[in-house]
This record gives sequence, structure tokens and C-alpha cells, in this order.
Amino acid sequence: MVTNERERVEVRIATRRSESPAPRTGESVFRLQRVTVAYAEREAIRDITLDVPANQITAIIGPSGSGKSTLIRVLNRMNDLIPSAHVSGKVIYHGQDLYEPAVDPVEVRRRIGMVFQKPNPFPKSIYENVAFGLRVKGMTDGLDGRVEQALRAAALWDEVKSDLRKNAYELSGGQQQRLCIARAIAVEPDTILMDEPASALDPIATQRIEDLMFELKDQYSIVIVTHNMQQAARVSDMTAFLTVEVSEEGDRRTGVLAEYDRTEVIFTNPSDPRTEAYITGRFG
Amino acid sequence: MTSLAGTVRGPLATGRRIERSPRALVFHALLLVCLLVGLVTLLTLLVDVLRDGVGRLSGEFLTRLDSRLPSRAGIKPALVGTAWLMGLVALISFPVGVGAAVYLEEFAPHNRFTSFIEVNVANLAAVPSIIYGLLGLAVFVRFMSLGRSILAGALTLVLLILPIIIVASREALRAVPDSIRQGALAVGATGWQTVWHQTLPAALPGSLTGMILGLSRAVGETAPLITLGALTYVNFVPTDPLDRFTAMPIQIFNWVSRPQTEFQHTAAAGIILLLGVLLVMNAVAVYLRNRYERRW
Repeated sequence: MVTNERERVEVRIATRRSESPAPRTGESVFRLQRVTVAYAEREAIRDITLDVPANQITAIIGPSGSGKSTLIRVLNRMNDLIPSAHVSGKVIYHGQDLYEPAVDPVEVRRRIGMVFQKPNPFPKSIYENVAFGLRVKGMTDGLDGRVEQALRAAALWDEVKSDLRKNAYELSGGQQQRLCIARAIAVEPDTILMDEPASALDPIATQRIEDLMFELKDQYSIVIVTHNMQQAARVSDMTAFLTVEVSEEGDRRTGVLAEYDRTEVIFTNPSDPRTEAYITGRFG
Repeated sequence: MTSLAGTVRGPLATGRRIERSPRALVFHALLLVCLLVGLVTLLTLLVDVLRDGVGRLSGEFLTRLDSRLPSRAGIKPALVGTAWLMGLVALISFPVGVGAAVYLEEFAPHNRFTSFIEVNVANLAAVPSIIYGLLGLAVFVRFMSLGRSILAGALTLVLLILPIIIVASREALRAVPDSIRQGALAVGATGWQTVWHQTLPAALPGSLTGMILGLSRAVGETAPLITLGALTYVNFVPTDPLDRFTAMPIQIFNWVSRPQTEFQHTAAAGIILLLGVLLVMNAVAVYLRNRYERRW
């Protein structure tokens, strides 16, 4: 237990920047109620209930196979693209259940942007990457200004303003990821989902993405999946810890929510022994 | 840190070199022979055709009509006929072939019906071309009453090369990483906008290469056009898709089968021209492939 104490102190230092006020209750972007996702017959996550606060950064952490990516993809209906996926329970976004039959997933994804694990710019110019989302939505009035605004918000403008016609593939990995963030915020969403946005980047590029997240959270609600606990501790206000439940036969692994609380509580005073074991490095 | 693994290894400098090992030498020689068999045969044919035909190649050969006299025979009607054919084939086969590929790759559900179609598209590529000629005769010439026209010939060749275009386009579409599709969908594009603005443009070079390879096959096809009833002796230049016509391979076939030995030279000149057209088309395919090659 002595070592645990020491690690906790270190973690507390790391969470310094997250000492923001507790989530303002009542301002939720998402309210998940007993959400279960199954691929074919196999449950990937089960019975997840949590509220995602507005204008905060919510981190989803947990070991491999705990369904972190599945959970974040529930929030903008990206799981629709997998024919065998089936979502049950309620995902309420500003009072509207996203999985009601009348809901248009295209509209959902316009309001809830997403940044992926590996930077995935389109094989086009920097300008066209940002303009694409605006064009398909008909937001073409003052297109140049909108593109510039999005690139500025993603802290990329100064690096690319001299050559917006350059192919996006010529940018570095970190720049590509910020371009993907610019692309997401160009269509004016209110929430940005980030699925391990820095896992393919070096520490300096990671730092820039994390700085950017702090700047963005005034305007956007952010949900981030990360396997990097330090990152969760550094950037997030709320942290959800998913863990893996192995069935009795041992052949089925399902992600369940072990604990969800303010990040400082999760990292300094977790109430679930599984959370404590994970964040102190005893498993996962 | 004493390593046991190191003790079982011999010295790195064994003195063995690939050029000194007799087995390697024999193997290399065999591989070289394999390469030469094809190359030498092709080269012999080329030299033979060039020797026979180069003397007949001239501006007049390109601009004259066919004639009973070998020295006055030109290839203009066949050249224009082939140009008409290829233009129409390209115009019709590209949208249809790419459309079929987009449907199969991007929209079709994966069930037994679509996998049945997929298997048979591949099979169609192996059907002998004369079968397509018979089909064209029955459907386009007779049933659709197009007559033995350029249009009927073009439609027949379209059927012939569609499988090539579909297979090439599908492969190009499949090579576009899913992350591109997801990126487009994640900014709120519809499925159709994703295909039209992102997936299809990214796959276009592959589709174009497939189409040009398909056209290269079509330009040399003789059997289906003869079955269809294309003319073998034409003394006019076609000006309309419903005109009767001949094409370069038919014209060559016609010259080769004439009794006067002089016509063999005319035929050789025609072959050189046909090879030239083929080379240009393949060069365009290679250029497009390299020009737009993507690194994912």
C-alpha cells in the first residue's frame, strides 16, 4: 500500500490542470440509460448508464476489449455502419433519444463531430478537407472565412495559411490530426467525440492536441477515449472507467462501467477496487 | 550477460557469395530463360511485321480508302470505324461499369444474390468473345433493330469489356480505406455524398486504368464484330453511329486473306498501326496509374 500512496501523489500532480469546478448538474449533452451494444449475439458493452456534462471533457478509460470505442461510437451512431451491431437502451442527446426510428443519423453526426484514432484526412487539399463538411451541408456562404475560422480554432492556421492548396497528406501526423479536428468543428457541432486522438502521435504533437482540447471546451462538449491514464488525468473533468467482465464459461468478454465520477475522485479516491487496481497499474 | 545463443553461431564471413554458388547460377539462368522465351518470340514477331510493313506506312496509307490494288489500299475507313467504336464503347462502358462496381462495393447487401452476381461477373470475363458476338447479333442487330451498325458493334464490345471494368473498379474502391468513408460520414455526409465526393474520386484512377485495359482488349477484337456482320470491304468513311462499318482488325484480316502477296505488306502496315494504337492506350493507362497513385 505504500507504493500506492506514492503513485496517488504523482497522479494528483498530474491532475492539477483538471481542477475545474464539479460538473454543472442538469447540463448534460448525453444521458445514457442502460445502453447495451451487441455485435451479432455477442455483447460488447452492457448496461451502461451515465450522464455526459456539457462543456466539459469526459474521458473514457479502461483496458483493451472493454468497449471504449464501441461506447463512444454509440454517441454519434457510427455503429450503424456495422450491419451486425445492435444498440438497446436509451441514448438521450439534449432530450432526444438518438435511436428513435425517426432520427436521421446524418443530422446526428453533423451535430456530434468525431475525430478518429489514426488521422484520416481526405486525399485532397487542406482547404478541401475543411470545406467538404460545409459543402455537403450547403454552408457555403463565406466558405473561405469558415475554413479559416475552423483552422484557427484547431490551432493549425498559422502553419498552413500560406499554402491551403497543399495536399493534406503532406502534413505531419500531428498536423493531420489537428486538420481532422478543424474538419469536425467546421460544421459547427456542439459535441466532439475523440477516439484515442493522440495514440498515433509523438509527445509534442500530443501536447498540442491536449492544449487544443482545453481551448475547445468553452464552446464544445468533448468525449475522449484514451488508453493513456495520464492523459485522462491531465485533460478530463469527468472519467468513466470501463472494465471487462468475463463470462463464467470464459469465452465472452463484455465491457461494463465500473465507476464514473469526477476525474480527481477516480484518480485519487476511487470507490471501486477494480478502478484502483487499474489506475495504480496492477492490471490492464 | 553471457549469451548461449551466440556460441552456436559460426562466423559471419563464410566467403560464400551468390555469384559463386553453382546452384544459384543455374537457378538464375533458368529464370532468365523463362523471361527470354516470351521476349524473344515477341521481338521476332515485331521485327518481322516491321520489315514487312514499314515500307507501306505513309500519310497516304492513313488517308486512303481500301482498294483492289495493294499499292492504293488505305486504312482510313477501318481507322475511323475503330475510332467510332472505341469512343462509343468508352462513353457507354465507363458509367455502366463504374456504376455496377459502386453498387456492389458500397451499397449492395452482402447476401447470396450479390455473391452469386460477384462470382458471375468474374466468370463473364472468361467467356469467349464469339459468344458475345452471337449475343450482339441476336439482341442488338435483330431484336433492337440496330442493324449491323457501329452502335450495335459498340454495344457488343461494351458487354465484352464490362467485366474487366467492373472488377478493376471494385478493386480500386476496395483499396480506399474505410477511414476515409468514416471521416466523411462523421462530418455529416450522406452515404451518397460520401461515395460521390470521396470514395469514387479516390478510386477513379484504378477505374480508368481498368477501362483503358478493357478498351485495349476491345480494339483488337475481331470475332464478335465478324459474327455481328461488320463489313470486310468498306469503301466509305462512317459518319453516323448507325452506319455500317469495318474496324482495324477486320481490315487486317481481310487483307491477309487476299491472294496477292503484295497485300501481306499492307496487312503488316495495318498491324503496326494497330500495335501503335494499343501501345498508346496502355501508356495512357500506366501514366494515369502513376500520376494518381495514392499512398494510404
